[in-house]
Amino acid sequence: MKVGADNRWQRGLETLAAWLLALVWAAPLLYCAWTSLHHPGDVARMDLSAPLTVHNYAYVFNAAPFPRYFLNTFILVTMVIVAQFTLSTLAGYAFARFRFPGRNVMFVLVLLQLMIMPDVLIVENYRTLNTMGLTDTILAIAMPYFGSAFGIFLMRQTFKSVPKELDDAARIEGAGTLRTLVSVYVPLAKPVYLAYGLVSVSYHWNNFLWPLIVTNSVTARPLTVGLQIFSSGDQGIAWPILTAATLLSAGPLLVAFLLFQRQFVQSFLRAGIR
Amino acid sequence: MARRTRRASRANDDEIDSPLTGWALFLPAALFLGVFTYYPAVATFFQSLFSDPKGGRAARFIGLDNYRAMLDDATFVHALVNNLWFALGTIPVSIALAIVMALLVNRALPGRALVRMSYFAPTVLAMVAVANIWLLIYAPQIGLLNAVVERLGGTPHNWLGQPDTALGGVIVVTIWKEAGFFMIFYLAALQSMPPNLAEAAALEGASRWHYFWKVTFPLLMPTTLFVMVNAVVNAFRMVDHILVMTKGGPDDASTLLLYYIYETAFRYWDTSYAAAMSMVLLAILGVVAIGQFLILDRRTHYR
Repeated sequence: MKVGADNRWQRGLETLAAWLLALVWAAPLLYCAWTSLHHPGDVARMDLSAPLTVHNYAYVFNAAPFPRYFLNTFILVTMVIVAQFTLSTLAGYAFARFRFPGRNVMFVLVLLQLMIMPDVLIVENYRTLNTMGLTDTILAIAMPYFGSAFGIFLMRQTFKSVPKELDDAARIEGAGTLRTLVSVYVPLAKPVYLAYGLVSVSYHWNNFLWPLIVTNSVTARPLTVGLQIFSSGDQGIAWPILTAATLLSAGPLLVAFLLFQRQFVQSFLRAGIR
Repeated sequence: MARRTRRASRANDDEIDSPLTGWALFLPAALFLGVFTYYPAVATFFQSLFSDPKGGRAARFIGLDNYRAMLDDATFVHALVNNLWFALGTIPVSIALAIVMALLVNRALPGRALVRMSYFAPTVLAMVAVANIWLLIYAPQIGLLNAVVERLGGTPHNWLGQPDTALGGVIVVTIWKEAGFFMIFYLAALQSMPPNLAEAAALEGASRWHYFWKVTFPLLMPTTLFVMVNAVVNAFRMVDHILVMTKGGPDDASTLLLYYIYETAFRYWDTSYAAAMSMVLLAILGVVAIGQFLILDRRTHYR
């Protein structure tokens, strides 16, 4: 009897704690949303009953280069995904099913990239792209990430679990290496591609330092870099505008997350446990 | 020789003996990895041993001068020490919070989906977006934090503008972004634990507190180690928020290693010195990699 009552008390307290923490955790985002929906004057007075307005969002969207930044980010993410999927699929197949001289050494070298990431090699990579004459292009932002150790490792693990008999059967029917890869392995790896895709898209949608370094014009800069024009005004920061721009830039990813919450969490898990 | 190959191939029938095809499939990825990972890693090392060509003077070999210069460079020392504090400040707190979040959400709870979403949402945001949001929270005049502090009777503070709170400010931001990410790993680990374990403990009258420290926490150890490696790497790799919120200031109070490398290379254009500092950063990440290797090795013994 007494134990049961204690238990109920404890459960109630834990529920309360969960909700309190959730409220604290959501507060910055909610305050940001509130600011973005009000006039500057009302924000300064923290007038909670002030009327809502979408004026800030309209302003940001019409601020000249913003739609262009959206487009750039979209192109960037697509470019990275296509290249990573292609290269990782090919290399993953090589490591999963082929014996070739130097394979083990190469595999260790590939795994090394999990620690030596392009993110910390900014100085030399900038020099390389400068020599190639590619700085200030979307391609330059994307290229260092085309070869992905994580992708190769992920595809290798996935392809290793495909029964070899399916491979044999396709080859007996006369399919070549590439045809076998595309018709047997790729369809079986669909959930892995989805996971890899979600992780990669969110990484490159959000990447900032490298794009900032390697680009300097409106035609190449992605959203994350473009966002900075709103926080570096000469006459102080216009908070409602900045918050609206911030939420707009994160919008597509946040909406995708709300729609595919389960897949997102699963993907991040799969990506983490390598 | 021939016999050995035959036996080897029999041992592993799943593999195709075709060196040419194997290399051809790997080559495209190898090319990009070579140009953007291995070459720059090696080139950074050589770059760090030569002076930058200035005016008409060609680059000349200076040996370890750059590395010696770091010891006398107050900003570098600041960046390194700050980075250690940053790691020490973010990692334990975000891991503890992640465990608490996972435990709170891993049971029947009204509005569980909403609570979980609140914990996880910051993970989806760009660090730059997160930095903008917290810039607003910390803002001296209209910030949420000062509003709360004032209502509680405290005096408002310029959180990011004062050397004593700037680093703490960016630490809090990082914890806010990372805890929810780590939570999902703990949640997955908790869900793979046998439920009869908890039932047995409850029957024996073990308190939940006792049960957590004696059973749950040790069982979560592999997850904790994994999360820790991730967190350490992030602590040395993430500087987006520094760029947006404090630019390393005031007086280097919040500068981190990678941020200082970025400034040195792309604002002062001292690439040789930046390369030497990059080598230090790579060495730190290398130590983490070796640590991870040893830890993972030990983990397999436990199993």
